[in-house]
Amino acid sequence: MAETKYMESHEYIRLDGDVGVVGISKYAQEQLGDVVFVELPETGKTVSKGDEAAVVESVKAASEVYAPVSGEIVEANSELEANPGLVNEDPEGKAWFMKIKLSDKGELDTLMDADAYDKFVEEQG
Amino acid sequence: MTQGSEAAETLKRTPLYDLHVELGAKMVPFAGYEMPVQYPLGVLKEHLHTRSKAGLFDVSHMGQAFVQGPDHATTAAALEALVPGEIAKLGLGRQRYTMLLNATGGILDDLMVTRSVSEADDGRLMLVVNAACKDADYAHMNAHLDGNVTLEPVEDRALVALQGPTAAAVMAKWCPQAADMGFMTASSAEFDGIDCHISRSGYTGEDGYEISIAADKVEQLARTLLSHDDVEAIGLGARDSLRLEAGLCLYGHDIDETTSPVEADLVWSMSKRRREEGGFPGADRIQGELRDGPSRLRVGIKPDGRAPAREGAEIVDGDGKTIGSITSGGFGPSAEGPVAMGYVESVHATPGSQIGLMVRGEARPARVVELPFVPHRYYRKSK
Repeated sequence: MAETKYMESHEYIRLDGDVGVVGISKYAQEQLGDVVFVELPETGKTVSKGDEAAVVESVKAASEVYAPVSGEIVEANSELEANPGLVNEDPEGKAWFMKIKLSDKGELDTLMDADAYDKFVEEQG
Repeated sequence: MTQGSEAAETLKRTPLYDLHVELGAKMVPFAGYEMPVQYPLGVLKEHLHTRSKAGLFDVSHMGQAFVQGPDHATTAAALEALVPGEIAKLGLGRQRYTMLLNATGGILDDLMVTRSVSEADDGRLMLVVNAACKDADYAHMNAHLDGNVTLEPVEDRALVALQGPTAAAVMAKWCPQAADMGFMTASSAEFDGIDCHISRSGYTGEDGYEISIAADKVEQLARTLLSHDDVEAIGLGARDSLRLEAGLCLYGHDIDETTSPVEADLVWSMSKRRREEGGFPGADRIQGELRDGPSRLRVGIKPDGRAPAREGAEIVDGDGKTIGSITSGGFGPSAEGPVAMGYVESVHATPGSQIGLMVRGEARPARVVELPFVPHRYYRKSK
């Protein structure tokens, strides 16, 4: 299984060939609470690392989901529009947000691996 | 996701603080207090539980105070000089919603006023005011209440609310007389042997009670209520979504010092006598708005799509011109979709009006709708 990398803003990306599967971490969904709405990007759109690529809303607040890498959106998980609660149930599995075809795989090196991310989350308290 | 820990030392705690922590609540700063925003159940389930069974809310941060005068007529007249509500004709043990007004008819705070339950204490009104406003409210009343009527803040009592369709059955187990109380009435009662002051009212649109009780007895009361299978502890998150679905105003958001009771669509809280006679602060403006119609009005707003519109979102007409803004907005778990309230120019305030809500730079279609989003289920005593 491919390695999962994380951003400090709690998005993950898991590489599958040239395409990265992007979502929000288990920790992020715990902090958000019950997810009630997800807004996904159009496929074909190009994003740069750090761009606002999607929106996730809990009962109380809206949060941006940032692109962890630059590239083209090749697929969005429309299942989440019908069933946003999936983000709470299986954030790092079935509840992926989008697939991005990476324009520069080197960007992955700037992200944290699972151990580093766990440590980062712990420091967040 | 800031924790607000830098301010923790100056935050106050209610007498139920330890119980909240024991129950696993996530505590947040709110109106100067450390309050539970949610428990492990989560906002969504807490909301739905309150609509299906009964939820227990700690509202001890709110300000409880007595306004005391020699007799009801004198006390009522003194308070009526500050609020537009009908206080003079309030019966013994009856409760009413009203608001403190500034000189221009803007709302300083909204509050509940209850006339004393027994003849022996008549001349006394009990107030419940918002936590964030209480110091300013007390200063305002101290400065403006007539000389022989005085304000006495109550500092040694806690306040909890039990809300939901089974609240009456739950209360009856330890306080049989509560079952028979009418909506917006109050009673002195014993709950499992503890003296308390109960009113049949709340902030969720559901049947339920608010129970004022000695601070050192409230934990015993809360634990007793929570021992009932129907009762869950409910945090501020669900309190907000419940009151929004019920179309009830949150002070500082849906009403403030610039909004009048007419603009806020709270005219129902004023009697015919008070509308005609005036005699409250800002009567010129308020009577003018009653005569000519207000320039803007608080309305319910239902987005057509699934995207919630949050507080501050601009409201636009079909040409993209700004006609108002959202004052409360989010997801309604019982409405099963996004719900909001806001002010629009009066020409757009008719239910069914098509409007746009600016969310992330895009005008999203929405409609003006009647409030509430979820029907009120208050207890009405059969005659």
